Amino acid sequence: MSKLRRSMLFLPGANAAMLSTAFIYRPDSIMFDLEDAVALREKDTARMLVFHALQHPMYQDIETVVRINPLSTPFGLLDLEAAVRAGVDVIRLPKTDTPDDIYELEGHLARIEREYGREVGSTRVMAAIESAIGVINAVAIARSSPRLIGIALAAFDYVMDMQTERGDGTELFYARCAVLHAARAAGIDAFDVVWSDVNDEAGFLREVDLIRKMGFNGKSLINPRQIDLLHNAYAPTREEVDHALRVIEAAEEGARNGLGVVSLNGKMVDAPIINHAQVVLERAAASGVRR
Amino acid sequence: MKIVREALAGTQESSDLMVKIAPAHGELEIVIHSEVIKQFGEQIRQVVNDTFRAMNVRQGLIIIEDKGALDCVIRARLQSALLRAADEQAINWGTLK
Repeated sequence: MSKLRRSMLFLPGANAAMLSTAFIYRPDSIMFDLEDAVALREKDTARMLVFHALQHPMYQDIETVVRINPLSTPFGLLDLEAAVRAGVDVIRLPKTDTPDDIYELEGHLARIEREYGREVGSTRVMAAIESAIGVINAVAIARSSPRLIGIALAAFDYVMDMQTERGDGTELFYARCAVLHAARAAGIDAFDVVWSDVNDEAGFLREVDLIRKMGFNGKSLINPRQIDLLHNAYAPTREEVDHALRVIEAAEEGARNGLGVVSLNGKMVDAPIINHAQVVLERAAASGVRR
Repeated sequence: MKIVREALAGTQESSDLMVKIAPAHGELEIVIHSEVIKQFGEQIRQVVNDTFRAMNVRQGLIIIEDKGALDCVIRARLQSALLRAADEQAINWGTLK
């Protein structure tokens, strides 16, 4: 079973209280933000806080991601040094427009890993796509490096680039489809945008329902209150689990009787159906059954 | 590491701490105020002393206002304040464990 990445919780890197407690909410991944959530005058202290938090035992059992500043800024390379040295699992590269951005990051990563005694290639990468050119290049970006675990769409900069604004999702229609197809073509994960109005639970759930049906692995989150809502929405229903169990049972009986293909309630049960049933059961094991 | 100017790092918020550093002649003087000094004073002093020793700081006045920060936060704030006070551009991550 591949790593479950439904929820990726953003933490402002300069916020000591949040860095000291966020692990208790158990998101699938925690993303320490050194970029937009940190004021210019606090870039150095945020980097230092994240450097120490990453090495603390409280973050050893959870996937850690650090969103660094762009490498074109005076902060990007320092962020990278600190995060890799501290043993981060994944680097999130903001504003990824072309594969060249990933190649540049890879070069720095290999050097830093060698310097600090980490296995070259062990630091994984997630590309955040935040522009029209990034969306156009999504396939090339998704295929650019074996370090990539996924690509994420970031809405705020993207809608500005498209000269529109966040609304009912129409403004993200093409970008979501493009990023998702690029990720699937490359065999990596796809992450949807943050929902910034924490008090609009109904709006959040509508968006989660949409991206789950589209096929996104998960979503970036800005508030721990959104974690359970998201995980529950990603859990299969009792009916889906019961059906999956019947499919597996029918498949096992067919195998015992030497049959390649069996039927269940008049419908053919073949390899794709069995694979889907296994995915449903794995998801139920991880997420529980939807309430 | 030599403290060459005044510097601040951190906040007065809960779970954080504020570090104030000033150059001084003579010995290193460290003043610690903490909401949890009775329970964790010894532990805090240990983290502070270890951090200054690792960064080879021998002189200066350090005032710490702790609001119940974890050890890793104490270390991060102290090191940030020291790097600012020493005007250090290059960071030796090996000394900052």
